[in-house]
Amino acid sequence: MALPPAFRFLLRHLPQSTSPGSVSSIFPKLSIPVHRKLSILFSSSPKPTSSPPQVTPKATKENKLVFNKDERLGSGAVSCDESVVNSSTIAAIVTSLCGPPAAVGIVRLSGPSAVSIVGRVFLPASRKKRRRPDWRPVSHVVEYGEVLDSHGNVIDEVLVVPMLGPKSYTREDVVELQCHGSEICLRRVLRACLDAGARIAEPGEFTLRAFLNGRLDLSQAENVGKLISAKSVAAADSALAGIQGGFSSLVKLLRAQCIELLTEIEARLDFDDEMPPLELNLVIDKIHGMLQEVENALGTANYDKLLQSGLQIAIVGRPNVGKSSLLNAWSKSERAIVTDIAGTTRDIVEANISVGGIPVTLLDTAGIRDTDDIVEKIGVERSEVVATSADVIVMTVSATEGWTLEDEKLLERIQSNKSGSSSSPVVLVINKIDCAPSSAYDWVNTLSSSFNKHVFTCAVSGQGIPDLEAAIIELVGLNRISTGGRKWTVNQRQCEQLVRTREAFIRLKGSISEEIPLDFWTIDLREAALALGQISGEDISEEVLSNIFGKFCIGK
Amino acid sequence: MTTTLSLHLTRIVSQFPVPSSLFCPLSSAKQRPQLLKCRLGLRFHVHRCFFASPYATPRRCFSISASNSQGWDKDSDTSNERYDVIVVGGGHAGCEAALSSARIGAKTLLLTLNIDRIAWQPCNPAVGGPAKSQLVHEVDALGGEIGKVADRCYLQKRILNISRGPAVRALRAQTDKREYASEMKKIVESTPNLSIREAMVTDILVGKNDNVEGVRTFFGMNFYAPSVVLTTGTFMSGKIWVGKTSMPAGRAGESASHGLTENLQQLGFETDRLKTGTPARVDCRTVDFSGLEPQHGDEEVNWFSFDPDYHIEREQMCCYLTRTTNSTHQLIKDNLHETPTYGGWVEAKGPRYCPSIEDKIVRFQDKESHQIFLEPEGRSVPELYVQGFSTGLPERLQLPLLRTLPGLENCSMLRPAYAVEYDYLPAHQCFRSLMTKKIEGLFFSGQINGTTGYEEAAAQGIISGINAARHSDGKSLIVLERESSYIGTLIDDLVTKDLREPYRMLTSRSEHRLLLRSDNADSRLTPLGREIGLIDDRRWKIYLDKQARISEEKQRLKKTRISGGDLAAEITEVSGQPVRDSSTLESLLKKPHIQYKVFDKHGFGNDLLSRLDKECVEVDIKYEGFIVRQQNQLQQMVNQQHKRLPEDLDYYAMTTLSHEAREKLSKVRPQTIGQASRVGGVSPADVTALLIILESNRRRANEERRHQMLTSIVADANQEVSEGPLKETTIS
Repeated sequence: MALPPAFRFLLRHLPQSTSPGSVSSIFPKLSIPVHRKLSILFSSSPKPTSSPPQVTPKATKENKLVFNKDERLGSGAVSCDESVVNSSTIAAIVTSLCGPPAAVGIVRLSGPSAVSIVGRVFLPASRKKRRRPDWRPVSHVVEYGEVLDSHGNVIDEVLVVPMLGPKSYTREDVVELQCHGSEICLRRVLRACLDAGARIAEPGEFTLRAFLNGRLDLSQAENVGKLISAKSVAAADSALAGIQGGFSSLVKLLRAQCIELLTEIEARLDFDDEMPPLELNLVIDKIHGMLQEVENALGTANYDKLLQSGLQIAIVGRPNVGKSSLLNAWSKSERAIVTDIAGTTRDIVEANISVGGIPVTLLDTAGIRDTDDIVEKIGVERSEVVATSADVIVMTVSATEGWTLEDEKLLERIQSNKSGSSSSPVVLVINKIDCAPSSAYDWVNTLSSSFNKHVFTCAVSGQGIPDLEAAIIELVGLNRISTGGRKWTVNQRQCEQLVRTREAFIRLKGSISEEIPLDFWTIDLREAALALGQISGEDISEEVLSNIFGKFCIGK
Repeated sequence: MTTTLSLHLTRIVSQFPVPSSLFCPLSSAKQRPQLLKCRLGLRFHVHRCFFASPYATPRRCFSISASNSQGWDKDSDTSNERYDVIVVGGGHAGCEAALSSARIGAKTLLLTLNIDRIAWQPCNPAVGGPAKSQLVHEVDALGGEIGKVADRCYLQKRILNISRGPAVRALRAQTDKREYASEMKKIVESTPNLSIREAMVTDILVGKNDNVEGVRTFFGMNFYAPSVVLTTGTFMSGKIWVGKTSMPAGRAGESASHGLTENLQQLGFETDRLKTGTPARVDCRTVDFSGLEPQHGDEEVNWFSFDPDYHIEREQMCCYLTRTTNSTHQLIKDNLHETPTYGGWVEAKGPRYCPSIEDKIVRFQDKESHQIFLEPEGRSVPELYVQGFSTGLPERLQLPLLRTLPGLENCSMLRPAYAVEYDYLPAHQCFRSLMTKKIEGLFFSGQINGTTGYEEAAAQGIISGINAARHSDGKSLIVLERESSYIGTLIDDLVTKDLREPYRMLTSRSEHRLLLRSDNADSRLTPLGREIGLIDDRRWKIYLDKQARISEEKQRLKKTRISGGDLAAEITEVSGQPVRDSSTLESLLKKPHIQYKVFDKHGFGNDLLSRLDKECVEVDIKYEGFIVRQQNQLQQMVNQQHKRLPEDLDYYAMTTLSHEAREKLSKVRPQTIGQASRVGGVSPADVTALLIILESNRRRANEERRHQMLTSIVADANQEVSEGPLKETTIS
């Protein structure tokens, strides 16, 4: 009995709102005005409004928004969508990263494709044998398994908690991955999710979605509002403030270059016959230069690579300078056998440590010397191979013996090997400083051009190890990105934008090489400038225009 | 009594000049009342017949009672006239507004200061150019007139940016100034439902509900209509300057309009002043063209209008190029104190894209020479427009200055350069339908909104005309979204951004210009024009046939495959890329430098398609990847940005917004979230906060609605309970 009156109610109000509908066929969503009309009927404003009464009829008059699609394109009809709900799936580490590592940390995903994204990275233990079928989780049933990266390597063992919408915090499909609590694990798992198609969540975005999807009530929501506006201002500030050193100025510089190029091109598009012709080669050179800069920035700013593969540090040097002691002291273990006998280490000894949050594999090598011992000879060869492939080479010398002829030869060998491939930085470690007077290091300065850094250590006491770590952090560029837990997510976002920038530049290069007309270059240049602007939070359109007018003599 | 009578007679005559109504091709429905009129002469019940025509909606029938026998006395009491739409101003905005309104079926009156100056081109007689040509194509696609008249009256046509991509390719036409005006005047005069009258409007008549009721003229006439479009151009309190001397005028030789600004201010509108200018005209018979670089028109002429009936080629005239010399620069530097800007007696800055020659020389000191174009103003007049040479110098210096230009050493000047200052109304006072926020039924368009350019004016004109007619008919208003067209972008910019200089359309103002090309203006907007009622059956059929041809051809190119042969050889050579066996023609067209012409050359073309059709096919296929990418980006953006904002939001009460955002949003009152985000001073954080407030409001409304529904259900149920026994008794 309850339904018919409800229908009658709707019908009573429908004709009013659709009466001007003679043009309704071109306005795809007729339901929108109906809905709006209803909400106007029941006054959508929180307080009795102070606005004059005649506003309402005017408002209803203005209700035809036309967005005409291009009929020639056929598909892709664009229509207004009242829903604010994003179609993207967001992911973030939701447990605290500050302080000592917890036993368990959680990566949360929310959005329409949360399940399929997790399905791509998660291998349930029960189905390990079979080739991965579609993952169809039962809501609120915990599953155990492994998370794999894009190459199929196991990253972590996890418990997966699927909470399918609407029975979840955001009312969307939510999947939580309970990982081991170490920062590295969590970041790798998050990275895998992002690779599989998720987007990193904005601060407070889960709560925002929860609110927008009707999960939170009004009083909570108003608190969220304050929270978000506070946070997004803070985020914009910290986005710039949080980056130290060259990165933010690099982004600003690149963006300025993009805008300058856009200015050059757009001025010619709008003021065709008044401009001197564009020097295409200069433009192309600039674009190549910018792409290179972005690549470099990605190279140094890219945590992914470091997180996924870690760093390899090879400790090389003459026999008996204390390489193995250094490894032991650094890794706080007795991993390598240490004796006074030269040539004790015959094979590569590995030890895993963490430097600045990055996994590092230390490789202790056989002391490099000419030898007749067949086993030691193989060891020396291996040492050289390891030295050429390591990310950082730590060349160790003994403070007591100073710089010897053998050291000189060894350095030459390292340099000749690495000159072909990309050059790994070399750190000079002067070990055993406890055994030598501190005045005897003048020779170090004469060598400074051959090494990227030099550090004094005493492997026995552990003295100088923090200096060594600091030197390495600086060399691989980690120091340019702050290592604080919360800041890292900011940098992840910046990375994303840098990748977007790089992709735009790569497409642009493609357009140039295919000799696609000038106007198409602006599409990707704009994209690059927008991506860079996302980092600094600036918009570009007005800037390009005022640049055009400021820079060129145009107009008739 | 007699005066009233004659007024009515003149009106009828001006509506239907007898000769033109006989030759005018009209639909049968329109013809009947006209023929009646011709047969019966000018008796009064004819008047009634006309208003009872199929176009008259019940609302428009008030004229019947006003002119029938009982109403006769009433009518004679007042010397008033009633219309559906009144358009004030007969420039490029006014003409489009009046034409579209009358064509939709509204009884329209065009009031202008001088009938002989209808559609006058007071500055450069040229139509089109980058971004402006897109506007013209779009107006034409909606059923407007500017493109057709430009196609009919061109002196020279050129495609600009031809190799820089389909989105920025632009058609520019030099037009015959006098011919243009007289052609447009003929069209305006011969359009049914449209009357013209010379008048200076001084007051807007406003009703009790802040709705417009009509206008009052200087000589005391009242004209009534529920919709009024103001297109005053540079005439509102216009003042022209030559050097230090000024006089009140809308244009040189034409008096300004006074009183309207004050009236609008009294109604609560904010007004401001803008400045623009026009260069000198010289006598072409005194110019030595022999040493000047000629600039010829295109051999293959292109068209603004999508209607092939207007594609009639004519002989083209030549433009010439000259340059400023050292003595030009010296003369200006010596006399800078005589210019308004540098002499310091005019503060208003001119538009940045249209700098005076002294501005160019001061600001770009390292540039030794600036290009100057000499462009003819007509076939039958000797006037040459000196483009790029506008100046604020006094008249006595203007001729010596002109004579420093090569070729102009002995020229004689016909008209001096002058600047014009005028009142405009910052357009944040309008909705995107161009109706003002303060007065219902009052529309602004053209230079009054702070734009420059005939094309910008026409674009606003057609939208305000359509909406004025729809408003008078009680229909909902049309808003073109920013992403749909240059027209939409133009209006969105006008009503959202804080403009401080005359606004000119530029391609860089459109974020997704690849989707807003000239070649697809028809497929974007003609269906809308049809729905509105501006595209007749003939035009609609032409449109549908064209779309069918294009889509069939695209299918054909997808299916046809070739292996080897001359075509493959030429494509390999031109593109530098190998052609695989059994490649589709579509894939060949996507290769660099390959144009549809190659298919024609080797017999793979399609003769059913016109050159323009083939261009469409080529663009669609060749740049498909880019277009689809932009389309996807647009789709994502639209989903977020098209969320509507209620009209009655109290921004000042929103404490989560920044103070600046509260202030700016209260002023602009944007209609969508996207528009709000484009208002200067509104940060992304403000937009998020705004979204949250909207959602809270929606929730609250939902709650209330649920509550209301429940009460109504309860009420209905109670009613039914009480009706129940009654029913039962009747059944039993």
